[in-house]
Amino acid sequence: MTMIAESLAGLVFIPLGMPLLVLLLPGRARGYLCFAAVLALPLCLLPLTQEVWSGNEITLALAEFHPPLGIVWYLDGLALIMLWLTAIVAVPVSLHALTSFPPNEESGRGFWPLWMMLLAGINALFLSADLFNLYVTLEMITLAGVAMIGIGGKALALKAAMRYLLLGLLASVLYLLAVGLIYGQTGALDIYLVGERLETGHLASTALVLMMTGLLVKSAIFPMHVWLPAAHGNAPGPVSAILSGLVVKVSLYMLIRIWFWIAGDWELPAAATALGLLGAGAILYGSVAALVQPRLKMVIAYSTVAQLGYVMILFPLASVGAFRAASYQLLAHGLAKAAMFLAAANILKSLGTDRLIALTDLDRKMPVDLFAFTLAAVSIMGLPPSGGFLAKWLLLEAAWKQDAWGWLVLVSVGSLLSAAYLFRVIALTCFHPGRRHGPTRWQPPPSSATNAALILALLAIAAGFTSAPVLDLIDASLPPGGIWP
Amino acid sequence: MTEVVFVLAASLVFGIGVWGLLIAEHLLRKLLALNVMSSSVFVIMLVAAGGNASPDPVAQALILTGIVIAVAATAFALALMISIYRETGRASITDEDDDDR
Repeated sequence: MTMIAESLAGLVFIPLGMPLLVLLLPGRARGYLCFAAVLALPLCLLPLTQEVWSGNEITLALAEFHPPLGIVWYLDGLALIMLWLTAIVAVPVSLHALTSFPPNEESGRGFWPLWMMLLAGINALFLSADLFNLYVTLEMITLAGVAMIGIGGKALALKAAMRYLLLGLLASVLYLLAVGLIYGQTGALDIYLVGERLETGHLASTALVLMMTGLLVKSAIFPMHVWLPAAHGNAPGPVSAILSGLVVKVSLYMLIRIWFWIAGDWELPAAATALGLLGAGAILYGSVAALVQPRLKMVIAYSTVAQLGYVMILFPLASVGAFRAASYQLLAHGLAKAAMFLAAANILKSLGTDRLIALTDLDRKMPVDLFAFTLAAVSIMGLPPSGGFLAKWLLLEAAWKQDAWGWLVLVSVGSLLSAAYLFRVIALTCFHPGRRHGPTRWQPPPSSATNAALILALLAIAAGFTSAPVLDLIDASLPPGGIWP
Repeated sequence: MTEVVFVLAASLVFGIGVWGLLIAEHLLRKLLALNVMSSSVFVIMLVAAGGNASPDPVAQALILTGIVIAVAATAFALALMISIYRETGRASITDEDDDDR
C-alpha cells in the first residue's frame, strides 16, 4: 500500500515541483529535466495499474484527513485510463517541444514550467473525487493552458488566449456557484457523498444546470465552442496538441462524472436529449466549418469541435455500450488529435505557412510528417483498424441496440463529413495535378519532431488493437446508477 | 430574513457582473465585471452554508481558496491584457479576421 501512496503522490508532485525547481536552473537544463519528469509518469502509473487491474479501487485520504474537511484521492478504471492517456500523450509532445521550444530560448523558458503545472493539474484532477478539488485543479489547467497559448507573443494568439480566459473564468464562476449551492444543501463535497445526499428539487436542478453549463463552455461543446478554434489554431505547435488532445478531455470527463455519478438516477430524459442535440450540433457544425477552413491548423481545430460531439451522445443513450464508446472516443481522439497537431506543427514550421493553398507537394517534401497526419486522419475518420474506428463502432452498436436510429444516422453522417474534410486536406496537399509549385524552399523539421508525430499516430492506430484491457477497465468502473445494461 | 436580503443583493450584484461582462469593451472592465460576479458567488456560498447563525469553517475555507484563485486569475489576466495592448495598441478583443494569416 505504501508504494501506491507514493505513486499517487508522484503523479501530482513530480510535475508540481518541477516549475519551482527549474526556475533555479540555467535555461539549457530545464527542458531535459522536465522531459525526465514526464518519463517518470508512466512509471508511477505501473503499480497503480496493477492494483486497479486486480479489481481494487484506490482511495487515499491526504495526510489522513477525512472528508468533509480533508481531501480524498480516488482512482478507478476510468480515471486510470485518462491518466494513461495523459502520460502517453505527454511523452511525444515533450519530445517535440524539446526542439520546437529550445530550452535556451525565451519560448522554452516559459513553456516548460507551464507545461509541468498543466500536467500536475490534469493528474490531480483525474485523482480528485471532490467537487471543490475539481474546481481548483480545473482552474490550474485553464490558467496554465491560457498562458501556453500566448507563449509565442503573437497578437492573434494573445487575443485568442484572452477570449479563452474570459469564457473560462465565467464558466468557473458558474461552476463555483453550483458547488456552493450543493454544499449548502448536502454539507458534502465528495462526489459519492453528494450523490447519496443530494435530493432532486429546484435547488439541485439549478446547481446541476449551472455546473453543466460551466463545463460545456470549458469543453467547447457547440454552441459554446466559439473560443476553441482560434485558441487551438493559433497556439504554438505542441501547445495545440496538448490543448486539443488533453485539456478539453478533462472537462468532458468531469461532465460525465458529475452527470452519472451525482445525477445518475434522477430521470432527466429531456435534459439528456438536449445534451445529445448539442453534440449533434457540434458534429454537424464543426465538420462543415472544417470543410471550408483555409488553414490546416484551423481544419484540425474545427475537427476537434466536431469530434467532441460524439462523446455527448453518451447522455441520451446512457447505456453500458455508449459509456464504453464515449470513454474510448476520449482516448482515441486524444491520441489522434495530438498526432495531427504535431504533424501540422512540423509542416507549418518547415514551410512557414499552413494555408492549404500553399501546401503543395507535401508527399515529396515531408513524406513522414504527411504519413503521420494521414494515419491520425484514419483514426479521426473512424476507418478500421484504429482507435477511432472502435469508438465509433461501439457507439453505432449502442445506438443500434436501443433502436436509436436518429443517433445512428448522426454518427454515420458525422464520419462521412470527417472523411470529407480530411480527404480535402490530403487531396489539396498531394494530389492536386495543376499545382505542382508552391514554396520551393523549405527546411525539413528535426527528426525528433517528426518521430514524435509518428509515434502518436502509430499509437492512435494501435488503440484499435488494444481494446480488451481498456474495455475491461471501463466495465469495472461503470457509474453507480442511471445507466442501461 | 437577513438571508433573503443577502441572496437578493448577491443576485443583483451577479446580474451587474454579467451585464458588465457582456457590454464592456475594454478588457479591464470585463475583468472587473468577472470579479464582481465572483464576489456575489462568495456571498451566496456563505449564505447557503448557514450564514451568520452557524458559521461553517469548511465553507469559509472554500471561499478563501476561491478568493485566492480569483486574485491569481485576475493578476494573470491583467498581464495578458498588457501584452495584448503592447502588441495591438488596444486593450480590447472585439476584432475581425481571426481565421486569417
